[in-house]
Amino acid sequence: MTSIYQINSATRIRFARRFLISLSRMRRASTLGPPSDEEIRTRTRRIRIVSYSSMAFAVGSSRAWSRALVLKIRNRARFRGILRNKCLASKKKRVIKRHKVSREMSKTDMLRRLVPGGAGMGICGLLEETAHYMTCLATQVKVMQSIADHYSK
Amino acid sequence: MSSRRSRSRPSSGVSRISEDQIIDLVSKLQQLIPEIRNRRSDKVSASKVLQETCNYIRSLRREVDDLSDRLSELLASTDSNSAQAAIIRSLLME
Repeated sequence: MTSIYQINSATRIRFARRFLISLSRMRRASTLGPPSDEEIRTRTRRIRIVSYSSMAFAVGSSRAWSRALVLKIRNRARFRGILRNKCLASKKKRVIKRHKVSREMSKTDMLRRLVPGGAGMGICGLLEETAHYMTCLATQVKVMQSIADHYSK
Repeated sequence: MSSRRSRSRPSSGVSRISEDQIIDLVSKLQQLIPEIRNRRSDKVSASKVLQETCNYIRSLRREVDDLSDRLSELLASTDSNSAQAAIIRSLLME
């Protein structure tokens, strides 16, 4: 088994590149003058989505979790305009429910919910995907942190 | 973990093989989680590892949220593109 807990620097660079390109696109598209609170909130949401999608695309089809995430993103983009309000409403309900159920849910089930595509995996696959997913998340955080640090100088 | 494992039984067991794999994978996960890694205790139950894994993933996601927030505000204030070249350079050199 190749090192499941070390993603190579190529993935990290691919992620950083995609993410930075998306960020600069966002900046170019921003309106003149100071942005409103609403605009900042929208941009925060976009940056968050771009962060996850950049990583998913950087990993590509080599992992089950990234494949599942890419699929989800593509499907979401397709229905974004039509179902947006509906999704936001149902999302709120889902979050509240999750807190009630989590105590009765097994830890494996909790993990399945956290890892993209986890629902359809056997326990071995789930643990492998989890390790890789966690490493990618940690890389996401590190790269975003250094970008933020650079921008704050 | 399980002392009931008997290797003399012929492969009635895809399940027997998987158990070893699972233990192996759980211990690999253990190494990845800073919470557990820093505590230096060797005996951590699988249940604890799974719990800490979930907590760790949630905390990483929260960090992504916070950083998205921070970047969103920073994006509004920076105006030069030259910062980008410096960022890419430093990211490549790590």
